Amino acid sequence: MNNLFHSTLGKKYIMALTGAGLFGFVVMHMLGNLQVFLGQEAINRYAHFLQSSKELLWSARIGLLVMVGLHVWSAVKLSAENKAARPVGYLNNPTPAAASYASRTMLMSGLIIAAFIVYHLLHFTVKVEAVNLVGLDFGKLHEQDLTGRLRADVYRMIILGFKVPVVSVFYMIAVGLLCLHLSHGISAMFQSLGLRNKAWWPVLQQSAKGAALVLFLGYIAVPVAVLLGLLKE
Amino acid sequence: MEKGMNLTLIVWRQKDAKSKGSFATYAARAVNPDMSFLEMLDVVNDDLIQRGEEPIAFDSDCREGICGSCSCVINGVPHGGQKATTACQLHMRMFKDGDTITIEPWRASAFPIVKDLVVDRSAFDRIIQAGGFVSVRTGGAPDGNAILVPKEDCDLAMDAAQCIGCGACVAACKNASAMLFVSAKVSHLGLLPQGQPERDRRVLNMVAQMDAEGFGSCTVTGSCEAVCPKEITLDNISRMNGDYAVAMVKGK
Ligand code: HEM
Ligand code: SF4
Ligand code: FES
Repeated sequence: MNNLFHSTLGKKYIMALTGAGLFGFVVMHMLGNLQVFLGQEAINRYAHFLQSSKELLWSARIGLLVMVGLHVWSAVKLSAENKAARPVGYLNNPTPAAASYASRTMLMSGLIIAAFIVYHLLHFTVKVEAVNLVGLDFGKLHEQDLTGRLRADVYRMIILGFKVPVVSVFYMIAVGLLCLHLSHGISAMFQSLGLRNKAWWPVLQQSAKGAALVLFLGYIAVPVAVLLGLLKE
Repeated sequence: MEKGMNLTLIVWRQKDAKSKGSFATYAARAVNPDMSFLEMLDVVNDDLIQRGEEPIAFDSDCREGICGSCSCVINGVPHGGQKATTACQLHMRMFKDGDTITIEPWRASAFPIVKDLVVDRSAFDRIIQAGGFVSVRTGGAPDGNAILVPKEDCDLAMDAAQCIGCGACVAACKNASAMLFVSAKVSHLGLLPQGQPERDRRVLNMVAQMDAEGFGSCTVTGSCEAVCPKEITLDNISRMNGDYAVAMVKGK
């Protein structure tokens, strides 16, 4: 237990396991989002379903928060140790041999993602009017379901939210960075967990990049469709 | 026949561990392309000595790529960037007439500079002392081949055993991580039947020593593998991570 939190390898385990958990969440979240293309009824029913059990909702939220917390904690701690291990570089800062762009920028991409997560939560979860740049309280958007009961109108919130070009572009950049992060992270995770070998490594690396690309396309589909007017109120 | 190459060398000079150090520029004239990199430095040093200047200090011993002594970062790449080649085995024909070559020591907190291009790599020795060994019975010599070793394991262990402890992996890594070196040692012994009794203890102790020496952690950039003169692969790091997890879960 002591080793898990104090050794470099233990912290890599924490980073990899929480990274894997977050990756799972990111996949599910994308699939959820894409239901907006099935129309207002589908996405609002889905959103209502997620909100319906406060107990499960909060278990999931706390779980995610703990994962993000541990992931960022290990990332920041290890990065500081790594910096201390190599305080002096080489003349003219050559790119380290064979190191991909994504692998060299993991901390930066990660921290920007963290900042984005905060914005995203304020925007669509807490529904702070000041950050949506629409001048409308998203918390007040409601509609009636088929039985006449009132529920949140997530469909309209998404469309109104993404109609603001700056907001959409920020989302797309953040998601791009997430996918850069994952294009390295998913395969790195297998090595950190000791699950890599000669035969599988090339496949893993390609799959990681493929998965990152699919996520990117899946996530930007919604703001792009709204901006192009394919998704309308 | 032309009279060799004229090169400009930008070399890190540092009087001792406490001095600050800086780059100095030297002209290397009429360099024979068949010389090795270290022979070229020998010639430059002869010149410096004749002029009454301090020669450039660098490490070397075998000069045939097997001892792991030579250690310079050439044009930003440990050992100069030729595949599976130590600096002593690098030849001047790799360079062109008129080239400027930068020569720097390994850079890592765990490898303090002793002088110029010479660094103190005793941190590696302490990691080996922490667990890079197998215990054997003394007494009568055992029969050869008494312990059967599967061919596949033997091959992998031999691949890992090639590591000469040069430290280029640390020098190349942006985190100055020693994972490739440590994992080569852990794999080399852990893959063999003779290495089983100490397997868990070995990985835990060697990693603990690695951390204590102030090496960084692995972020899977692959720089170490790219510069390793003995082509030690990242698979070893994965194997070590696996062994470490098993040892940790066992609560050792
Ligand atoms: C939804 C959010 C995120 C997901 C899905 C995610 C996923 C991953 C995965 C799978 C890894 C690979 C683990 C390993 O190398 O063993 C990783 C590594 C890493 N993550 Fe994240 N991450 C996320 C957010 C963040 C954030 C907010 C930070 C901010 C500090 C961050 C920083 C890092 C760093 C520094 C690494 C290590 C890179 C490396 O091993 O080369 N990540 N992440
Ligand atoms: S793993 Fe390769 S680069 Fe690292 S010390 Fe061993 S031989 Fe040198
Ligand atoms: S001097 Fe022995 S490996 Fe280069």
